[in-house]
Amino acid sequence: MKVLAAMSGGVDSAVAAARAVEAGHDVTGVHLALSAKPGTLRTGARGCCTIEDAHDARRAADLMGIPFYVWDFAERFTEEVVEDFVAEYAAGRTPNPCLRCNERIKFEALLDKAIALGFDAVCTGHYARLEMVDGRPELRRSADLGKDQSYVLASLTEEQLSHAMFPLGDTTKDEVRVEAASRGLSVAKKPDSHDICFIPDGDTQKFLAGRMETKPGLLIDDATGAVLGRHAGVHEFTVGQRKGLGLDGPAPDGRPRYVLALEPVSGTVRVGAVEKLAVTEISASAPVAHVELDGPVECVAQVRAHGGTAPAVAELVDGVLRVQLREPLKGVAPGQAVAIYREDAAGDVVLASATIDSTR
Amino acid sequence: MAYLDHAATTPMHPEAVAAMTEALSTTGNASSLHTSGRRARRAVEEAREDIADALGARPSEVLFTGGGTESDNLAVKGVYWASGRRRVLASAVEHHAVLDAVEWLEQQGADVTWLPTDRFGRVSPESVADALDDDVALVTTMWANNEVGTINPVHDIARVCAERGVPFHTDAVQAVGAVPVDFAASGASALTMTGHKVGGPYGVGVLLLARDVKCTPLMHGGGQERDVRSGTLDVPSIVGLARAVRISVEEQASRAVEIAALRDELIASVRAVVPDVVVNGDPVDRLPGNAHLTFPGCEGDSLLMLLDAKGVEASTGSACTAGVAQPSHVLLAMDVEPALARGSLRFSLGHTSTRADVEQLAAVIGPVVERARTAGLAGMRRSRKVVKQ
Repeated sequence: MKVLAAMSGGVDSAVAAARAVEAGHDVTGVHLALSAKPGTLRTGARGCCTIEDAHDARRAADLMGIPFYVWDFAERFTEEVVEDFVAEYAAGRTPNPCLRCNERIKFEALLDKAIALGFDAVCTGHYARLEMVDGRPELRRSADLGKDQSYVLASLTEEQLSHAMFPLGDTTKDEVRVEAASRGLSVAKKPDSHDICFIPDGDTQKFLAGRMETKPGLLIDDATGAVLGRHAGVHEFTVGQRKGLGLDGPAPDGRPRYVLALEPVSGTVRVGAVEKLAVTEISASAPVAHVELDGPVECVAQVRAHGGTAPAVAELVDGVLRVQLREPLKGVAPGQAVAIYREDAAGDVVLASATIDSTR
Repeated sequence: MAYLDHAATTPMHPEAVAAMTEALSTTGNASSLHTSGRRARRAVEEAREDIADALGARPSEVLFTGGGTESDNLAVKGVYWASGRRRVLASAVEHHAVLDAVEWLEQQGADVTWLPTDRFGRVSPESVADALDDDVALVTTMWANNEVGTINPVHDIARVCAERGVPFHTDAVQAVGAVPVDFAASGASALTMTGHKVGGPYGVGVLLLARDVKCTPLMHGGGQERDVRSGTLDVPSIVGLARAVRISVEEQASRAVEIAALRDELIASVRAVVPDVVVNGDPVDRLPGNAHLTFPGCEGDSLLMLLDAKGVEASTGSACTAGVAQPSHVLLAMDVEPALARGSLRFSLGHTSTRADVEQLAAVIGPVVERARTAGLAGMRRSRKVVKQ
């Protein structure tokens, strides 16, 4: 196959590309330039977008003897991921930019371009298992549960997944590092990236404050309606947050308060006791189902990239995925995705993903 | 393989390789006073005289530098600093070595006027005349544009500047060896050229600096080159450069005819399969080896990759440090819309180009463009995805 390997400059995508080469594919490496003004050197925990990262990707490609190019997706990334991220926060929702980037950039803008240019698949260093079963792609959790990224890939459509290649699904991160070192890849010891790549200092609040209209509002006790404080804008909060609420004083019952809901139109931040965070029902729209969902299905639901799983019963009704959790989950915010899995000893199988609209 | 990127760098002339190789195994610092030093110095001075002779300059006007970028920086900053004046006039389509040096001076307090260009990327002497006054330290306009190949009326611009007593610098990196270049006849005060564009080595260039032009050094040290440029002279590179300049200037007239004919064939054969291809730059008054083409609806990086896979090497223009093709400031200054600017490729021919290179391109360009067009402008905003066909 002709394979386009997306190479971030990190160890995972480098080893993934090397494995694709070794499997006999005709591989071309591409580094996506996602920032219009890339920094020169890596700072903090950024995983891509610096000139140093582009250089690391290039050197890995050199070593494999594959052609390598840098493609400019900065405009598209800004539009589809960064601006979407800001708009979601402005609407009081909690977006997942990595999921969005997979959906719209790596497996849409890049995949479309790759297919048009004659490639059969896009290869990435994601930790998830992907196999064709009865002619349909089946996505499973990674063998490394600590690194599993099936959640941020679960919203890819059948069409997208059928042109995806995740060579690291059966491997743990530790094994990938060992393999990188034995292949002589200089990125073997490069630190893991985390946080959001376009917010290099990790200060999401500051990033948002400079990009959206901020509207001061009230912190209101959800149970009593009492005003517990004032704030500079709902973007400063996320559902489930406890620290840094800036309450005027302790709540009447003296117990800690958590953010329960954000209401951007009125500027209200509702806070309440920890029990109120517990969610047992999720309603999610824009579902992508990987199997036919007729009737309720026993599953495991996951509501964020790491952790946040509970046994559940899910049902697709009129284009809405309704998920009844058998055990409550905390900190479930509208805008996040819910992925449902069928439990399987050989790796849980992704059944569907949808965007959370409301919770109870 | 069809190497169609001679404007980026062109193969060294075998004679230059031979001369340089011989010099590489000879010891001697050209500043030393003993026999070995004098031998090295003699090689340098003969090279200087050769280059001066080939380019219509006096030997004392030839300053050896580390290449085009250094020559441009030295001319722009050095002449500005030495003048005591505050204004700089520069064309908007200069190479980054001039553009960024001028922008840096602007940040340091210089008053910069960017000279507009016409739709071919040409600067008019009238626009220079209109912008000139007694506070102008320097006017800088390239001889020929590295991207679209348009040749500027440098003689007329030099005359306008001379009438006001203002130094005029021209970046002739693409012009030397491609079109006739005579420093004295041009009337320029300073001229940049570099080795690797004329079949000489990398990392060596020349600034021709008229004797009466004051220039403050960028680097301080031994003052080897007229006290304007310091650093131990790179004798082998200078020897190789001189040989290459000599050959490329001697062969210029006949070579230009051959290369222009091949270039016209290239354009015609591309147009035969891609009828809506647009040729950028002046249709007539352009570098003989330059074909700068826009393929509407395509992204330059798609074209480059597909051609590369077919063994055809071209350029999308300048790339940033990371390797990202940048929207060309030259095309934007020519009022080309950004989506079209992104779909441009520069094919450039040189002294080793053959008809087979052009034929190889002609054989693959049709399917390549068709494919790149399907891929469209993937990296751009969707709102701008539709481009004029």
